[in-house]
Parts: sequence; structure tokens; C-alpha cells
Amino acid sequence: MSRQYKLVSCTINGKQVEKMVDVRASLTDMLRDDYRLTSVKRGCEVGECGACNVIIDGECFNSCIYLAVWAQGKEILTLEGLAGPDGGISDIQQAFIDEAAVQCGFCTPGFIMSAAAILEAKREFTDDEIRKRMSGNLCRCTGYENIFRAVKKTMLQRLGKEKEGIL
Amino acid sequence: MYVGKNVPRVDARDKVLGRTKYTDDLCDKSAYIARVLHSTIAHGRVVSVDTSEAEKIPGVVKIFTCFDVKEKHYFPTAGHPWSTDPDHQDVADRLVLTEEVRFYGDDIGAVVAEDEIAAAKALRAIRVEYEEYPFVLDVQEAMRDGAPRIHKNYPHNILKHTGTRRGNYEEAIKEPGLTKVEGWYDTPTVQHCHIENFICYAEMEGGRITVTASTQIPHIIRRIVGQALGIEWGRVRVVKPYIGGGFGNKQDALYEPLCAWLCMQLGGHLVKLDVPREDTFVSNRVRHAIRSHIISWVRPDGTYAARKLEAFSDQGAYASHGHSIAAKGAGAFSQLYPCDNIEVDAYTVFTNKPVAGAMRGYGIPQAMWAVEAHTEDVAARMGMDPVEFRRRNLMPVGYVDAFSRNELYDDTFNQCLDKAMEAIDYKRKYKEYQNQTGDIRRGIGVAVFWYNTAVWPISLETSSCRMVLNQDGSLQVQLGETEIGQGADTAYTQMTADVLGVPLENVHVVSCQDTDVTPFGTGAYASRQTYTAGFSIRQTALLLKERILKYAGGLTRMPVYNLDIVEGVIVRTTDGRRLMTLGELSTEALYSLKDSRHLTAESTSQIKSNAYSFGCTIAEVEVDIPMCKVKLLDIVNAHDAGTLINPALAEAQVHGGMSMGIGYGMSERLIFDEKTGRPLNNNLLDYKLSTFMDHPRLKAVFVENAEPTSAFGTKALGEPPACSVAPAIRNAVYQATGVAVNEAPVNPHNLFRRFQEEGLL
Repeated sequence: MSRQYKLVSCTINGKQVEKMVDVRASLTDMLRDDYRLTSVKRGCEVGECGACNVIIDGECFNSCIYLAVWAQGKEILTLEGLAGPDGGISDIQQAFIDEAAVQCGFCTPGFIMSAAAILEAKREFTDDEIRKRMSGNLCRCTGYENIFRAVKKTMLQRLGKEKEGIL
Repeated sequence: MYVGKNVPRVDARDKVLGRTKYTDDLCDKSAYIARVLHSTIAHGRVVSVDTSEAEKIPGVVKIFTCFDVKEKHYFPTAGHPWSTDPDHQDVADRLVLTEEVRFYGDDIGAVVAEDEIAAAKALRAIRVEYEEYPFVLDVQEAMRDGAPRIHKNYPHNILKHTGTRRGNYEEAIKEPGLTKVEGWYDTPTVQHCHIENFICYAEMEGGRITVTASTQIPHIIRRIVGQALGIEWGRVRVVKPYIGGGFGNKQDALYEPLCAWLCMQLGGHLVKLDVPREDTFVSNRVRHAIRSHIISWVRPDGTYAARKLEAFSDQGAYASHGHSIAAKGAGAFSQLYPCDNIEVDAYTVFTNKPVAGAMRGYGIPQAMWAVEAHTEDVAARMGMDPVEFRRRNLMPVGYVDAFSRNELYDDTFNQCLDKAMEAIDYKRKYKEYQNQTGDIRRGIGVAVFWYNTAVWPISLETSSCRMVLNQDGSLQVQLGETEIGQGADTAYTQMTADVLGVPLENVHVVSCQDTDVTPFGTGAYASRQTYTAGFSIRQTALLLKERILKYAGGLTRMPVYNLDIVEGVIVRTTDGRRLMTLGELSTEALYSLKDSRHLTAESTSQIKSNAYSFGCTIAEVEVDIPMCKVKLLDIVNAHDAGTLINPALAEAQVHGGMSMGIGYGMSERLIFDEKTGRPLNNNLLDYKLSTFMDHPRLKAVFVENAEPTSAFGTKALGEPPACSVAPAIRNAVYQATGVAVNEAPVNPHNLFRRFQEEGLL
């Protein structure tokens, strides 16, 4: 297929935007290249590692295997959209700092987006459920342990149960 | 004081905001896209390459083949310090593109296009004609007479062999009453799997070439790019931004030389070379698969009379880090359980497989798999408790290695074992799990390790540091030591703040290395950086402090010996009076009408020492015998890495190493088609990297015996956590089932075979 472009209108991080997009482009390509949202990382480009995860209409997706043209009319949230306009960071981002859940940082945006989707459910998940819901993201630095602590801690905090402790 | 405190990572905030810039985030969109054409045979010669169809694809800029490499500059790729002694230089056996194919995935051409799609299409449209040779994938078969010769100067494909003899093995085994225990132990080919694939881009400016690369070793890459292009090393500038993990793969020149070469062929146009995940598994580096044969002769009291090791290390197609890996593992064998009569032979052998290089642990995970599996077998044969047997034979306190002069100063092994046993309730579980029957059984297993910090005396360790005082009393710190995710920049910030006496937030470690401006340093490897940088940070901070206090003496008319810097304030020590802030001093120094000064310090430390780092793993498993499945129930690592600079980051580092060890022990291996040499599972789905669901909670405990040779009491922690995990899991399965699995990983495929052999199925 040769180059063809299509107008894609969508909401990205709360802002209505539209651009002509190569119909062959993935949503990762569009977010990184057209909107310079570089928190969206390329790790495998076939939906294995989760480094490119973004939230589309409330649900977490691998943006590398989601065509850019499918974003028409959708609401997309990337990691850049989690911080407030004054630069204030969200509780889950702060928990990643406090629990030393960040190392090289390359997988971090994808993990935080998966975690954000879990937290949005506003219910308490068991440890096994958290693990299962986070298992689409791969990390080679942390062994997942501190990421688990950060996600569980934030979940309990939001439910007003922080005193129960993580361990 | 900040050393020893859980200071948050200095780069954590940017990373959770997604603001941190990695190589691809920095590359201008005007870049041409390069993709590598890989061979689809395991051994042979490229006869011709037909690019005519590929060239017609819109967007293709130029296609290069191995026949376009007219000036043949062979270069070594290992991320070792260069040796000025030709006998100790790494083997220079690579070209940017090669006509001689030595593994399935060798680099025989490159496409440069305006975008990724055109590049990918062009790769598919290229037709290559080969003359095929027989190939060999097994390390011992490669050594046999008549095996295909992979490099012409290496008979029997042996890159290198080293032998160690201590005492007299042949005489010692004649001692009456000895028990002979013998075993073969195999580790698989595995890959680093950092989440950021290797990527670099190159452009020319003013007759010089700049390569921005996801590398652990920028100054080494500068030298290698110079060698590969046949240009002066000073015409190469290497920039290393934040990187998405390395684990040793990026302690090697990967595609920096090729990308730079392509850029030069295109008149200096910006060229980006981003490696797809599938290629990362095959055409970057892998961990050496090592086959070990151990024979031990044991006295009735459980001591060793004589021991023998033969190790066969699978180098793959090119020399890269070569024999260093097998040699390090072989050294561990004779040191961990010292014995008077030892024979060690280690061979590093070329095969037609992906190139093996450095990977977290550098030969020690392979050696510990063999040694600690064997130790378990010996203890069982002698009817002894596995922990007590280890305690009896481990390197004793006061042990000094003749070569490195490394010394075991404290009773570290026993302390680590005690702490780990307590953390996991070992004694109760071990007793409970003895002599089980039934389909589902539990077991608990132990393994220990030691690991050298840094590489002295194989090469001189050097570390350089520069500190520059700003107008407001804050400072920049520059080091050749690289942040690769481990938290190095944070540790350096803590160290600098303490020695200089300034608040942590006033210290800015420059994370990016740029060989044009960063002091010379060799980078991240050998778990060396906290140790080596510690020396140059302390020395440079003391030098800067001396200059600051001298200037303060001039301003305050006080003798320098009565002045100190405390939390960023110049203090008179005789009465504790605060004379001026460091900010006031440096503003005066830079804008003074009488005595203006740029207060800086720069120095190099030569590190002529080295330290042993120690620890152990205890793993608890549940084995489902009919399903041939192992579930890891609980696991703990205990480490003595000396004084911890930042305990929370140290713990995180251990978790990551444990995770890599769990994969090594339970699921990971690259497999190859016996008929073609083609890799079969070079993607993250089929390779079986551990996920969130494959781990129990990870426990890390520490023994902090301050290392006396170290500037901050610290020693290796980067690689050690990956060293003893896999054999501990293997030994737990052994306690549960009585079946010794000597081929890693302990996955259903290997368990099915072993359970059948032992009559459990």
C-alpha cells in the first residue's frame, strides 16, 4: 500500500486535537511522532511488552498494535496526562517514587498506565488479581516487587484502607 | 549525612512523568532509517546480492551490501578497556558488514530509507545467493576433528583454553576411602531483554562524527567506532543519554560502528538504526551457554581431597568478550570451596550461533549453576546436611586470593546463610519437606556465590571526576561512570554531598556522558561503578573543598585549618560560627572585583584493589510431578555488598537480579533449529521472560561488613543478585523430588525427561 492519509480527530490528555495521519501508522507512531508524547515507548511493537500502554476510553491498550486511525473520536490518556497542569503528580506516580519502583524507567510509563486503569476501577483487588492485571507489562530491572508495592499501596490509599499495610 | 539513607532516586520524578529522554526521543525526525540485512543461513559465504527490486521501492535512499565495504577495518567489540599490549587486546574479528556468514542472523547488508516501512519492505525484496558450508551448534561437537572451521586461525574452533593446576590431582585421588562424585551441568543461551532495544543515531558536523547511542560504555564506543571506520578516535564523539537497561548487552559495540559507517557513506546525513526486538535476541549479544564437568573426591569427614572442572563455553560466531567469561567462572570454582588439589580446564569455543558477550554475572551464574548443583549432589551422596556441608568447605575467613589479593575479612558466608535461613524459616521447612511422597511435593534449596568487584588486576581500574561550583553554591558533578537504571547517579549525589558538606539538592550529577566533555571513564560493567567512582568522588570533593576553604580563608581572614563546610555553610570550627554560605562565597568568587575564581576540581583515581562480594539464595518450591511444573513459593537473597549507600535502591537492585535468576532457573532459553541454525523463539512471547505472575514476593536481606579497601565501604551489588538464584531453585526441586536436574532451566521440558528417566512418570 502506498502512502494514504486520513484526518484523525480525537481527545488526547483532555485536549481536542486533529491531524492528518498515515493510515499505516500505529497509535504509538501517532502519539510519538505527530504529538511528541514520548512517554509512549517502543519495546517490541507487537503487543508483548506493554511499554506503549495508553488508556483509550477508560481501557488500557497496547498502542503499538492499535491503528492510529482507530483513535477517531476516542479519548486517549498518556502518562503526560496524569500530571496536573501545574506539574503536580498523581498518587500512583508518587508511589512509584516512594517505593523505589523506578529503575531504568523505560517500562515505567506503561506500568503506570496499566496501574491507573486498575485504580480507576475503584475496588479492592486481591494480590493475585493485581498480578494478573499487571502481567501484560514486562520489566527486566525491578523483578516487579516494588511496582507491586506501589500499586497495592495506592489502591488501599484510595479506598481509605492504607493502614492495612502492603505486606 | 546522606550515605546510608533511602534518598529517592534523583531521576525518579522525571521518569514517572515520562519526561526522561532516551535515544529515540532525542533523534530528529529528519533521520534516515537504517535496517540491517541478516543472513538466513548459519554458515557460508555471500555470493551475490540482488538489490534491484528493493531499490525500486519508493522511499529507499540507498542499499549497502557486504561488497560495498572496500576498506576492511577489522575491529573488536568487547567493552573492555583497551590494552596497549597487543597480546592482551580483544580479538578484532568483526567488519561492519561481512561476506563470510558465521551464524543465522549475521550482518550482510543494510538498507537506508526515508521511513521504517520502506526500509522493512526493501529488506524483504533483497535476494541473496549463498555458498553454504556445514555448520555446528554444539560446543563440544565444534571441538571435534573434522568439525566445520568457523574462523581460519582457530583450530578445533577453540578461541582460548586456560588451565589451572594446584597440588597434584592424580596423586591425591589415590588417598584411601574417598568417594567420587561426578556430574555434567548445562546452562542455556539466554538474552538480556532490556526493554529498550539497542538504538543509535549518527551525524557528521565539521568533519567529525557524533554517535548518540544506548550504551553502557561511551568512551569505549568512541575508540571502537574509530577503529571500525579507520579514523582518528578524536574525530568520534559519543553521547550516551538515559538508557532503558543494558545488563551487559550494551557493554559491547553493537551497531554503533555500522550506523557511523552508513552515515559517512551518505555524506554525513543523520541516520538512525533502531533494532527490532526479534533482531535483538539474535544479532546483539547473548549469555554464554556453558557446559561444565565436575569431579570431586570427598573424604568421609566431608572435606575435599581433590577436584576437577572442565568447562566448555559457547562463544557463538565472534569473539566479543571471549574467554573472559569462562575464565571468571573457572576462577570461582577453585576459590569458593578451596581445595589443595585442583585441575581446571576452561575452553571458549566458536559455534555457528549468536555472539555471546557480557551479561549480568559474567560467567558466575553459569559457574554457580554447576558448582552449587554439584555441591548439593556431593552433600547428598555423603549423607550430610547441605548447609552444614557448605559451611565446612566454604572459603574461610582470612582467605586471600594469590592473583587479585582479594581477601575475605569477615565471617560473611555464615552471616548471610544465617540471615537468609531466618528470613525464610529454612530449618523448619527443610525438616518438614524431607522424604515426601505423592504427586505434589515441596522442597527448599540453598546456593551461595562470590563475585569480584571491578576487574583489577586484569586491567588498571581508573575513575575520573570533575566538580564545578556554580554561582549559587550548587555544583555539577561529571563522571565517566554511567547511569543505566541501577541508581548510580543517586549514589554519587549522596557521596558528593557528604564529602563536600553540602545539601543533597545542591548536587547535580550530569547523567548524560558526552565524550567531548565528560572526563574519561570506561563505564558500567563488572559491578564496579559504586566502588570505582567512590574513590574519584571522595578525592575530587576533598580537592574542591580545599580550594573552597582556601578562598574562604582569604575572604574571612581566618586560617584554613579552622574552617569547614557544614550543610552548605562555611563554619568556623573553633566556635561553630556560621561565617557565610557557600552560595555567598561562590557568588563573590565568580563576580569579585579583586580575586575572581572559577572554583572547580578534577582528578583521576587509580584503583589498585578489588573486593569480594558475597551472598546466597534460598528458594522454596512446590513441584507438580505429573504436570512437570514448578511453582516458586518463596525466595530470599542475602548479600554482603559492604556498606549500603542507599538501602532502598540496593534492595531494588537485588529484586531485579533475583528476577533474572528466576528466569534463568525456570523458563528462559533461546532455542535453535538443529537443521538450519535458525533461532526459533526470538520474541518476548515465546522466549518466556518472567512476568508479574511468575514471581512470589521477593525478599532481600543484607549483611553490612564495611569493605576496608573501599572509599565508602561499599562493593559489588549490580550483578551478584543474579548469581545464585537458579541453582537454589534446582536444589529445592531436588529436595522435593530426589531428582537432580542438571540442565537449566528447570522447565517442564527438562523435568519431563528427567522424571521419566528417574521413573517418577
